[in-house]
Amino acid sequence: MTEPLVKVTDLAVTFPTDDGRVRAVDGLSFELAPGGALALVGESGSGKSTVAFGLLGLHRSTGAEVTGGIEVAGHDVLAADEAELRQVRGGVAAMVFQDPLSSLDPYQAIGDQIAEVHRVHRRDASRRAARDRAVEVLDRVGIPDAARRARSRPHEFSGGMRQRALIAMALACEPRLLIADEPTTALDVTVQAQILDLLRDLRAETGMGLILVTHDLGVAADSVDDLLVMKNGRAVERGPVRALLDSPAETYTRDLLAAVPRINVRRPGVPEQRAERTDDTVLLEAKGLTRRFGRGKRAVTAVDDVSLTVRAGETVGVVGESGSGKTTLGRMLVRLLEPTGGELRYEGRDIGGLSDRGLRPFRSELQMVFQDPVSSLNPRRSIGESIADPLRVAGRLGDAEITARVRDLLERVGLDPGAYHRYPHEFSGGQRQRVGIARALAPEPKLIVCDEPVSALDVTTQAQVVRLLGELQRDLGLALVFIAHDLAVVRQVSDRLVVMRGGRIVEEGPADAVYEKPQHPYTQGLLAAVPRLEQAEAAA
Amino acid sequence: MSLYFLRRALGAVLVLLVISVVVYAIFYVAPGDPAKLACGPRCNPEQLRQVREQLGLNDPVYVQYWHFLQGIFVGHDYSTGTGTMHCDAPCFGLSYQNNQQVTDLIAERLPATLSLSVGVVVLWLLLGVGIGLLAVVRRGGLLERALIWLSLAGTATPVFVSGLALMMLFCAYLEWLPFPSYVPLTDDPEQWAWNMLLPWVTLALLGASIYARMTRSSMLETLAEDHVRTFRAYGVSERAIIGKHALRGAVAPIVAMTAADFGSLIGGTMLTETMFGLPGVGQMLVRSVQTVDLPVVVAVVMLIGAAVVVANIIGDTLYALADRRVALR
Repeated sequence: MTEPLVKVTDLAVTFPTDDGRVRAVDGLSFELAPGGALALVGESGSGKSTVAFGLLGLHRSTGAEVTGGIEVAGHDVLAADEAELRQVRGGVAAMVFQDPLSSLDPYQAIGDQIAEVHRVHRRDASRRAARDRAVEVLDRVGIPDAARRARSRPHEFSGGMRQRALIAMALACEPRLLIADEPTTALDVTVQAQILDLLRDLRAETGMGLILVTHDLGVAADSVDDLLVMKNGRAVERGPVRALLDSPAETYTRDLLAAVPRINVRRPGVPEQRAERTDDTVLLEAKGLTRRFGRGKRAVTAVDDVSLTVRAGETVGVVGESGSGKTTLGRMLVRLLEPTGGELRYEGRDIGGLSDRGLRPFRSELQMVFQDPVSSLNPRRSIGESIADPLRVAGRLGDAEITARVRDLLERVGLDPGAYHRYPHEFSGGQRQRVGIARALAPEPKLIVCDEPVSALDVTTQAQVVRLLGELQRDLGLALVFIAHDLAVVRQVSDRLVVMRGGRIVEEGPADAVYEKPQHPYTQGLLAAVPRLEQAEAAA
Repeated sequence: MSLYFLRRALGAVLVLLVISVVVYAIFYVAPGDPAKLACGPRCNPEQLRQVREQLGLNDPVYVQYWHFLQGIFVGHDYSTGTGTMHCDAPCFGLSYQNNQQVTDLIAERLPATLSLSVGVVVLWLLLGVGIGLLAVVRRGGLLERALIWLSLAGTATPVFVSGLALMMLFCAYLEWLPFPSYVPLTDDPEQWAWNMLLPWVTLALLGASIYARMTRSSMLETLAEDHVRTFRAYGVSERAIIGKHALRGAVAPIVAMTAADFGSLIGGTMLTETMFGLPGVGQMLVRSVQTVDLPVVVAVVMLIGAAVVVANIIGDTLYALADRRVALR
């Protein structure tokens, strides 16, 4: 048997924190054969990124305590001196980081950054040769007009191109192992599909090994041979992708799989009776809704002539890639933003041009749940106070009644009513999103616009929040507008679907029809780009 | 880009106009009689009347201000009794003390002030960035802590304390340096530098402390950023990371602040100039205030205002050039 490319034995990583020591990785062992591809999957906090950083010795001088053994291509990473470690980093194993904007030096041309890394490992290379190499790898990862774009700075690249540039940097020194930490998390599905294709091609071409760190089982299923499922710093299960997805041995893996939103399956248990719903009252109607930002030549039309109706008690899903105008549309629907053109009617009354004062009677009926539950809650107010705010503003209830109602709401969204006096930082992401939902529910709205309500959450938490929204809708007869870039999540909740691109609606219809028989080529492309667990499962 | 400069230039002119109104109001319109000051201590009513006529003090205030502006842009003619004396633009009037043109007086004293401020800026940049860099390289160590404390002490020590202490040490006690006296650069460059050394060091120590702290903090900030982690993960040495990437992040704020500080220095050297007896603009301002020589005070204040405004424009431009993500608008 050949020597493994990566050999991790009984690895433990402990971080000192204010609340004592936290064991991020706890007795993990695994091996990767040369040229093999392994995905580390798990929810946030499972320790998967900590492992990836450990492979390059990046925990050094951070105060973290690392025990066990890490060998990469024969180098003992934990025992290596600085010089050997620098050789391993980039030369033997190269890392592709998440968030490609912050991972590149904003002041330097991308080509220069790649050239610098190249020259660290090819000391004999001239400046010119290094620069040529940078252009070569940029070209390889599909940057058009690479020679010219090599002189661009990171902010002049799009998100997808930046991610490509980071991969190019990794390629620059011909490493034997590529470590990719959530390489597609910040990207749209179509761009994600291109990046995953690129990684696959590069592996086939160079024969390098791949360790992919991801929380997305769909991404993993498409790109690697083996899966290692992690939870709380330990390995739960390891096996070939197909076998593992087909017949997971462990309950945790099964739960994780069950929570993954499937694009071709509507989740059982989410409001079925909506089909029988007879209430056809049009709640909100937009006609030719338009929003322009800026003036003159710099003006951008974010939403362009969009018409949409939302009926009482139904869910309208809005999907589209970043920049498609879906958030702007959502904000206009609840009148957080004034339309610059078109008509917006709520229960028959025109609210599109109303002033803040004129809107006051409608504010409690139109609510919004925001994407980022961290920044949309005031960190200095207890969550009870935050939820009570809209009730106080409405001014109909006394203090005692408000407190009682907030406790009811907390219970309704699955939180402990005793949590009234706790602060946002004491809650997890999923719990905070529940707080956000409770706050939106407080004034008894008829319509809630949810803007990417689950995109910051793990799959299992995602599933819980989606289920909660469904239950609330059934019990309270709410109308929901559900905005998301994740097509599978939207499918699970929507009665009707709107696909947006460049500020316009390109396709609209009953959700199942749109997913099963998409008419517009753009929708077809979007759907085709979604990584599927099922393909891998079917092929097994 | 050219549009940007046009807008900034217009803005600068506007700011200077506002300054001129304020300064004019404070010094000429406020209670007190400029004519009496101009006329001097021994002055009979007839002379006073003549002076008032000559200075145009009988005109309404706005006409006086208009003449003041006119003087700045096109010059001004003064009757001297026997004939007229022309004062070229920019004319800020005649000194009450010796009837010399204020512009000439300033021009005489500008070299000393410029010698001082240019030298100080160069020195404090070298010292400040150097110390900041050293603190970052040795971060977490004893040296860093010592440097931080020293720079804190430097920031907290007034110039007249450090200046006197240095002068006593190097000029009186050790006798390594001459007691500073100004020798024009054009006369004898070596003596010029030798004599300027103490004033430079005194004022630079204050600035260097501030710049060292700023350099250190903005470099540490950069070192904590994700892209530094990227280069570490690719085996780039710590020295290259600090020298290339972290220092680069500190350049923009340092450049912008230097330009702005240089502007303030033109007017902020009063203490140092007075202490070391340098015949600069700051020293002249102090003396003019003491003798209530209004035209000189007004002119120097306008000069300081102009220097600060121009320096800030230059600073902003350099900042945008150093950090391309900042758009010039």
